Amino acid sequence: MTAITSAKGAPVSTPEQSHDHARDHDPLYDELHATAEFTRLRKAFRSFVFPTTVAFLAWYLLYVVMSNWAHDFMSKEVWGNINVALVFGILQFVSTFFIAWLYAFYMNRRVDPLARELERRYNDQVGGAR
Amino acid sequence: MSSDTLTGVLFVVVVLITVAITFWASRQTKGAADFYAGGRGFTGFQNGMAISGDYMSAASFLGISGAIALSGYDGFLYSIGFLVAWLIALLLVAELLRNSGRYTMADQLAYRMKQRPVRTAAATSTVVVSIFYLLAQMVGAGALVALLLGAESEASKNITIILVGALMIFYVTVGGMKGTTWVQIVKAVLLMGGTILITVLVLAKFDFNLSDLLGAAADNSGQGEAFLQPGLKYGVSTTSKIDFLSLSLALVLGTAGLPHILIRFYTVPTAQTARKSVLWAIGLIGAFYLMTLALGFGAAALLSSDKYAEVAASGGNLASPLLAEAVGGGDGTTGGAVLLALISAVAFATILAVVAGLTLTSASSVAHDLYATVFKNGQASERDEIRVARIAAFVIGGIAILLAIPAKGLNIAFLVALAFAVAASANLPSLIYNLFWRRFNTRGAVWAIYGGLISCVGLVIFSPVVSGKGEDATGKNLSLLPTSIDISWFPLENPGIVSIPLGFFLGWLGTVTAKEPETEARYNELEVRSLTGAGAEQAVKH
Repeated sequence: MTAITSAKGAPVSTPEQSHDHARDHDPLYDELHATAEFTRLRKAFRSFVFPTTVAFLAWYLLYVVMSNWAHDFMSKEVWGNINVALVFGILQFVSTFFIAWLYAFYMNRRVDPLARELERRYNDQVGGAR
Repeated sequence: MSSDTLTGVLFVVVVLITVAITFWASRQTKGAADFYAGGRGFTGFQNGMAISGDYMSAASFLGISGAIALSGYDGFLYSIGFLVAWLIALLLVAELLRNSGRYTMADQLAYRMKQRPVRTAAATSTVVVSIFYLLAQMVGAGALVALLLGAESEASKNITIILVGALMIFYVTVGGMKGTTWVQIVKAVLLMGGTILITVLVLAKFDFNLSDLLGAAADNSGQGEAFLQPGLKYGVSTTSKIDFLSLSLALVLGTAGLPHILIRFYTVPTAQTARKSVLWAIGLIGAFYLMTLALGFGAAALLSSDKYAEVAASGGNLASPLLAEAVGGGDGTTGGAVLLALISAVAFATILAVVAGLTLTSASSVAHDLYATVFKNGQASERDEIRVARIAAFVIGGIAILLAIPAKGLNIAFLVALAFAVAASANLPSLIYNLFWRRFNTRGAVWAIYGGLISCVGLVIFSPVVSGKGEDATGKNLSLLPTSIDISWFPLENPGIVSIPLGFFLGWLGTVTAKEPETEARYNELEVRSLTGAGAEQAVKH
């Protein structure tokens, strides 16, 4: 990687020829891909981000649809001049902050350790080969 | 000192600070990774600030508070889409892109596909999105500075556009990504500081009672309770409701496909730092949009009827500046003049930071994707590539100036929404498919990008935005073209509801009709690298 970012006038795009990549494919990645740790890592990552994405998009679309077509419900006053629409809108902020926090918490605990372990194996192999 | 003079002085101060930062950054910019990605050495907090600075355009700062001031609750609907969108960037894109790309959006696709077709497609879409966004900002800058400095002649607008264009070319060519990033950080500090100040002053007028503020806004707006309910702007007809749904889709799905946002993820050393930067950005952007409630409803509640009419005449853009003047003590007072000048300078800094980011993004894509790979077949030297990037920044900046000058009389605010729609229809499908679908291939990517791009732009050409829209009551022309030309047949102003599914569909169709075993074989590598960071680009050590 250092050769690519050095300022020695070396071609910056060497690995990026206009053909397919088959010949500069590093088999080490296939080895890592086949490990049980990687399968666990991918499962841990996808089992959080996919359902969460579906959930927050549905929650957001519900808000948009209600704003459009549930005018009376959204206009109900909850406290003083504060109505359901405003509370619903603020809840979108709260849920966004919460999901962002939850994602970071989950990644730190469940995903990062596996990722670091696989990255370490990669670096050991590459370091040994070069 | 009058407010106009003070505003002028503060504008000069903003320019001097950013120019000094740019010179400082230029001394630290040596190789390609410095120029394109700021050496990948920014911290999560710094990049979070820069992302906020890159993202919160004048459309957010002046546009949303203005929309709330004029349309009440419906103005607020906009900001929620702009914020929720960041979850897609956080969960699905930021970290994976950081690990698998290098300088541009196209890098990530080109990781496993045929270089020429995908880079050409991705660069086309990058430049189109960035130019749309850039034009909207520059025309906005011309109008805004003219309003704020009280110099509304053609010539003064032209001078402003040329000055903003020259500054952005300067930031990018001299300071590269480092300079651009620091300009965005300074802007974020100014924007947050100014917004917090005005918010506190507004809320203090109502003893921090939100309900009272809302009540005063509803009364003073002349709309009563409807002002606080959804529907004032988008609820007019079924078409306008579907249009709003279409806009919402583009906003929530477009952010994670905006090239100038995507390349910010390359400026940090690791995927975890990219995650931290998005977390900071969500915090900052969310806090800012919450404060736009106070700004918008505050303007509706506190402005006198002449000033409120002035806000309406400016399409809402003057809501924040005039509110600042009002809470500072009002027209003719020193406090009012100081705050008005301060908020005007913040708006100016906002525009500068956003246009710099856009120019850098398109120049990078032209140099790295088109010049180095498509024309030079990957044989360009690093020095050559950066030289081309600087030339490209000049050319793109020049084109933006030349287009913005004749366009300054036109209502082109729709270009921001269009940029989001193109990002959601052309860029997001290929990014998501590439990261999560092994079978995805070159034809799928190319079809998704061109299909999304052409359908978006095509539908807008035949929409009421371009022709055939007039106000029933006054007969005033609300379209781009003169009333004598009417080529509209697509009823919606926002194409997203059609073009986003189309982009995803074409990505799927292109993929299943082509066989590319090499691309599938390299998915293992992309997947391992994007999820673990193994072999990802390192930060530059100076």
